[in-house]
Amino acid sequence: MNRRTLRRAFSNLMVGLMMGAVVAALLPLIFILLNLVVKGAGSLSFAFFTQTPAPAGETGGGVVHAIAGTLMIVGMACLIGLPVGIAAGIYCAEYPTSRLTWVTRFVADVLNGTPSIVVGVFAWTWIVATQKHFSALAGSAALAMLMIPMVLRTTEELIKLVPNSLREAALALGYPRWRTSLGIVVRTTLPGIVTGSLLAVARIAGETAPLLFTALGSQYLSYNLNQPMAALPLTVFTYATGPYEEWHQNAWAAALVLILVVFVLSIGARLAIRRGFDLNG
Amino acid sequence: MTALSERELTPDAAAPAKPSLERGSYSDQIFKGLLTLAALAIPLLLCFLVYELWSGARLAIGKFGFDFVTTSTWDPVTEEFGAFPLIFGTLISSLVALVIAVPLSLGVAIYLTEFAPKAIRQPVAFLLSLLAAIPSVVYGLWGIFVLIPILRKSVFPLLRDVFGFLPLFQGAIYGPSMLAAGIILSIMVMPYVMSVSREVLMAVPNTQREASLALGATRWEAVITTVVPYARSGIIGAVILGLGRALGETMAVTMLIGNRHEIAASLFAPGYTMAAAIANEFSEAVGDMHLSALAYVAFVLFVVTVVVNAGARLLIWRVARGSGIGSKAL
Repeated sequence: MNRRTLRRAFSNLMVGLMMGAVVAALLPLIFILLNLVVKGAGSLSFAFFTQTPAPAGETGGGVVHAIAGTLMIVGMACLIGLPVGIAAGIYCAEYPTSRLTWVTRFVADVLNGTPSIVVGVFAWTWIVATQKHFSALAGSAALAMLMIPMVLRTTEELIKLVPNSLREAALALGYPRWRTSLGIVVRTTLPGIVTGSLLAVARIAGETAPLLFTALGSQYLSYNLNQPMAALPLTVFTYATGPYEEWHQNAWAAALVLILVVFVLSIGARLAIRRGFDLNG
Repeated sequence: MTALSERELTPDAAAPAKPSLERGSYSDQIFKGLLTLAALAIPLLLCFLVYELWSGARLAIGKFGFDFVTTSTWDPVTEEFGAFPLIFGTLISSLVALVIAVPLSLGVAIYLTEFAPKAIRQPVAFLLSLLAAIPSVVYGLWGIFVLIPILRKSVFPLLRDVFGFLPLFQGAIYGPSMLAAGIILSIMVMPYVMSVSREVLMAVPNTQREASLALGATRWEAVITTVVPYARSGIIGAVILGLGRALGETMAVTMLIGNRHEIAASLFAPGYTMAAAIANEFSEAVGDMHLSALAYVAFVLFVVTVVVNAGARLLIWRVARGSGIGSKAL
């Protein structure tokens, strides 16, 4: 009897410890978000979103060049990465017995685990070293490369959830395979695919490492994808590691903007998916 | 004759039905061809990546060979390069991260799958997955201006007072250090280990739990004697996946580790990692040999993470066969 209460007490103790772990794990999240709002919100102003940076050491100025740069670099990456990732994902789900599917899926998992800085070096040797100048396009290529395996695997997993009876019904009605795939299977999973794509965009929007020596960063508003371009994460990095107090202020504000963008994308995507599929199982 | 020829032609009169089928199969072939092209592009991209890294590193591979990973000189002026301190730093910082993150994330994962009230499971898992959404550079910023001052003022001196007899916790306290990098890494790795091991635990059949409870085990005993052993290889896979993340993490580490090509016994001393060295030196490197040495570092890092990730994947597949656990966008 005594032994039994002891065992039960031990069980309760362990559960208590695990609850402590949950709290400990949530603390950094709360702490980081609070710090961002407290230190960053003060510097947010109309000028912050509409002006280019002030000369070093002076107050004022904004990060419009970085916001525009991020939009363009990420947009370009989506143009390259999304079609390839989604199409390859459809292939893997629709032809599950093909040997190519096995290889592609495995390679996608390998690429998924590849450090983003390595992809940056790849983009550098491939594009920057051959063109002999830094360019936003090289950054987009690196981000697209990071995006493809994520989009591919999400698309594939979602399409696999579509019941086979739907496919059979469409084929029995005389639909050709491609219309069954696109019109029935992909259309049913479209909300999920959009969600997966948004999550991938959220991930690459915050990537800094692959842009360091591809897009490089710049102090000016530029629309030329063939030239160096600023991006929000790069700006946060430059300002955070710089020597001026004003820069540090701007780093917090830029980080707050960045995290707002990333969170809106990823939380919005997750809430949207609740209706159809549940990515988290 | 004409009538006959007309009758001969009648099979062709049924042609309208046939071409439509044919057209269907043509468009099917085009469709499949396009998809195949996209699917083929991915293995080709990988080959291209390996080739480009190798060609970038060719100079350094030719000059230093395998000695590159065992020697410690890093001198851009004399063009002597050895990556051992980088590899050492990468391993130690990742190890520190795992030592902190693994118990925490396993505790959270077990609590969320086995004990937590149904209502809070999904919300807590969701909140923790947000940790994975925070960009690396934001962790770095927070680390420089919030975490390091706290560590330098209270945590590090405390550690030195209590565990000062260990060489790990001796020496001068700078702030930017191996330990600071390890701590930030542990926060960044935690959501991955947590979410993957949670999914693995959820894949354990309920009959396992019921059988153990029916035999009179307490709820904790049921978990630790049946559920966890059942999911063991998957959990190890989750940890290794976390290791893979930690090894390649760049920005936050670059901002916190102190960036010195040195090997120190103390965790309070600054260090360097492979990813951080590439991030810091690549855009400023002028000599071809320096660039090539950095590409060689990238090549080594790539090989290490591929091995680590492939191992993790195989272990996870042993619990949940062929599943996408751990490979979806988090």
